[in-house]
Amino acid sequence: MEKLILRRIDRNNEEMLVNFGPQHPSTHGVLNFLVETDGEVMKRAIPDIGYLHRSLEKIGEMVGYPGFMPYTDRIDYVAAMFANEGYALAVEKLLKVEVPQRAQYLRAISCELCRIASHLISVGTMATDIGAVTPLVHAIREREKVNDLIEALCGARLTYNYHRVGGVAFDMPSGWRDQVLRFLDTFDTILVEWDRLLSFNEIYIKRLANVAVITREQAVDYGLVGPNLRGSGMDWDLRRDVPYGAYPNFKFDVPVGHGYRGTEGDAFDRYYVRVLEMGASSKIVRQALEKIPDGEVMAKVPRKIKPEPGEAMARVESARGEMAYYLVSDGTERAYRVRVRTGSYLAMGIIEDISPGLMVADLVALIASLDVVAPETDR
Amino acid sequence: MAQNFPPPRRKRTPRVVVALTLAVVGLPFILLAALLVVLPLSQQPMVDVLIRRWFDRDPATWQHTQLVYAAALLVVAFVIFNFGAIAGGIFSWYERRVAARIQNRIGPNRVGSAGFLQWIADAVKLLFKEDLVPAEADALLFRAAPYFVVVGFVLTFLALPFGESLIVADLGVGIYFISSVTALIVVGILLSGWSSNSKWSLFGGMRSAAQVISYEIPAGLAIMVPVLMAGTLSMQGIIRAQGGWPWQWFIFQNPAAFVAFFILFTSQLAEANRTPFDLPEAESELVAGYFVEYSGFRFALYFLVEWGNLWVISGVATTLFLGGWQVPGVSAAVYQAARGAGAFPAAGWWGLQLASMVVFTVKTLTLVTVIIWIRWTLPRIRIDQMMNLCWKYLVPGAFATFVFTLLWQLLVGQVPALPTATGVVLSAAAAVVLVLFLKQTRDNISAIAHEKVDLSNW
Repeated sequence: MEKLILRRIDRNNEEMLVNFGPQHPSTHGVLNFLVETDGEVMKRAIPDIGYLHRSLEKIGEMVGYPGFMPYTDRIDYVAAMFANEGYALAVEKLLKVEVPQRAQYLRAISCELCRIASHLISVGTMATDIGAVTPLVHAIREREKVNDLIEALCGARLTYNYHRVGGVAFDMPSGWRDQVLRFLDTFDTILVEWDRLLSFNEIYIKRLANVAVITREQAVDYGLVGPNLRGSGMDWDLRRDVPYGAYPNFKFDVPVGHGYRGTEGDAFDRYYVRVLEMGASSKIVRQALEKIPDGEVMAKVPRKIKPEPGEAMARVESARGEMAYYLVSDGTERAYRVRVRTGSYLAMGIIEDISPGLMVADLVALIASLDVVAPETDR
Repeated sequence: MAQNFPPPRRKRTPRVVVALTLAVVGLPFILLAALLVVLPLSQQPMVDVLIRRWFDRDPATWQHTQLVYAAALLVVAFVIFNFGAIAGGIFSWYERRVAARIQNRIGPNRVGSAGFLQWIADAVKLLFKEDLVPAEADALLFRAAPYFVVVGFVLTFLALPFGESLIVADLGVGIYFISSVTALIVVGILLSGWSSNSKWSLFGGMRSAAQVISYEIPAGLAIMVPVLMAGTLSMQGIIRAQGGWPWQWFIFQNPAAFVAFFILFTSQLAEANRTPFDLPEAESELVAGYFVEYSGFRFALYFLVEWGNLWVISGVATTLFLGGWQVPGVSAAVYQAARGAGAFPAAGWWGLQLASMVVFTVKTLTLVTVIIWIRWTLPRIRIDQMMNLCWKYLVPGAFATFVFTLLWQLLVGQVPALPTATGVVLSAAAAVVLVLFLKQTRDNISAIAHEKVDLSNW
């Protein structure tokens, strides 16, 4: 049977059909785009997803409630902490467990550190996709420091498995608070350097400003979330507007794109919102470290988790936007249904409609500015 | 925490490796020395002297004279070709080390001291790889394409000077010859892009054709500025019209030449496919561009030319604008006096040749470093921006410098002191800018360097 996606292509026209992926340096994982081009100008780019599908939702229905936690890491391995947190929140809603304050603060700290790490990858790979290799290496250098901190906290550097139903796995080690503060002090100056090195580079701005503009209406209509939505000028952040965990206790800015260097909603806005969010995350971590109360890090949770029949939905503001878990329990040890709603999947949907008229080089900028991570798209 | 690990113990590099590295490090110096000896000796009058001395014959009547001339040229060709290839290889190592320092890495440091033998290891690896020709490719063109590129590269050395008397052939049309044979490279790139029968290669080939052909126009116009100032197309003639001190260089002797230098430098970056003009091989867009289907030796040839071209474009810019090999304070009369009246030049003359070669090499390597630095700092521009920059800014700009220079030369005819005055003012301004730049660099470093800057593993 011919691939479904190929039926949508008209073979009789003059355009060249190029497979942009699945193995391509700037598809950030295993993605494929069928690109119809007329020379350098694209007619359209059709995303072809599914190369990384691992049936994670089905696995969630096969293993028990606590057993699914390590799998959530694999949903978005660039920012695994949020996938942990979202799932933990959903199960806690089913169980009606109250999470201790200290655990909630630790969740916020770990998640914001993870947001910094994830955005560093995002803005770094974006620079590489635009052709500047050096900023990526500088970003990775900073990400290593975050990874070191998270490793000291939970023992893992990529797939953390740190959050638990009812709290977090470990309290923070002694001396960790100072290490984090020391890192943040450096990191704030690095962000200034980053702007000087990359963000306000004339060529970089020329490549991104006014490119691949997504208007506020389009962004809402296509259900874009997170930095992609805020980059289009929509002021919406779950941490502030639908607060969860320890977030009501913090004061922080939510950066919103307003055409920093071009039109509202262009690739540069989406990029620069991420850069500013790293600074905001740094502020949140500082406040959390200052205010963190003493106490337990785990609530009393039964060893065998058997929620009452019912359903629960939890949403968290992940690095790639709103991440939602929907769980249906039938009263057994296993969920009847696990559903994960992720930002990258929604972002992939808009590419086909934004791509007409862009250049091939702009497609790379568009994908990078949407911060699409392949495993999160496919799950 | 990684911070708490003890620092790794430094292992001593074995002596054999050091010796081997030193031998290979010596290779470029040996080649430069060979050029120093071979280039003057291969000139016809010198060969005549040698024939008289070694064979005891009169070159005008001896039947084998032409054979000896040919043999001398073969030796020159061998040394020059090796110089080009080895320069390309060493620049590949140099670029990786510089890039690593820019990126807070160490870079290749396994093969030989400081990883210096890396380029040999890479070359050997590539030689042993299968020379793959895709089934759908046009095999003949696919195989021939790299040779066009290499020929276009090696031929430039014919007219590229190394020192006062160190040039293969001081052609009357030197710079014209160089820009003509450099254009052969784009033929090879276009052939490889077309014959690979791959869509990505085609993209790369087309981009390259559009780019190189466009940028030859501002480059050609910018080249006309020093040509007008010197009144000759010959490379040595252009250098002889300049002097050793910075205010005697063409770049500072004429405000238009100052602009023309940057126009030429930008255009050369574009012609050599260097960032920010590396669109033909844009990794994040076209995977590898025109050479995506190549492997093994043919692949190595493309990279040889890419890095070897660093020397060529830097050498051309040095020749045209930066005073070439002119040693400060040494005029043409000094060379003449040092040569002596004998059939063979005196030892002092050879010393002066060496000094001029050192000056030229240092200037060229400085420009090479700048090009590498630019590559690892800037993002890539888009194809329409690349065209805009060329046709909307560089071509009119280059034309303006050309017309300005015409008028300027008329003015210089009336006021002979004008170039020197301009030279002093402009070079002083450039020195001030350089100092400010260094100060800014220091401030930038101290703004983020919380720890001491560690230079121990350079």
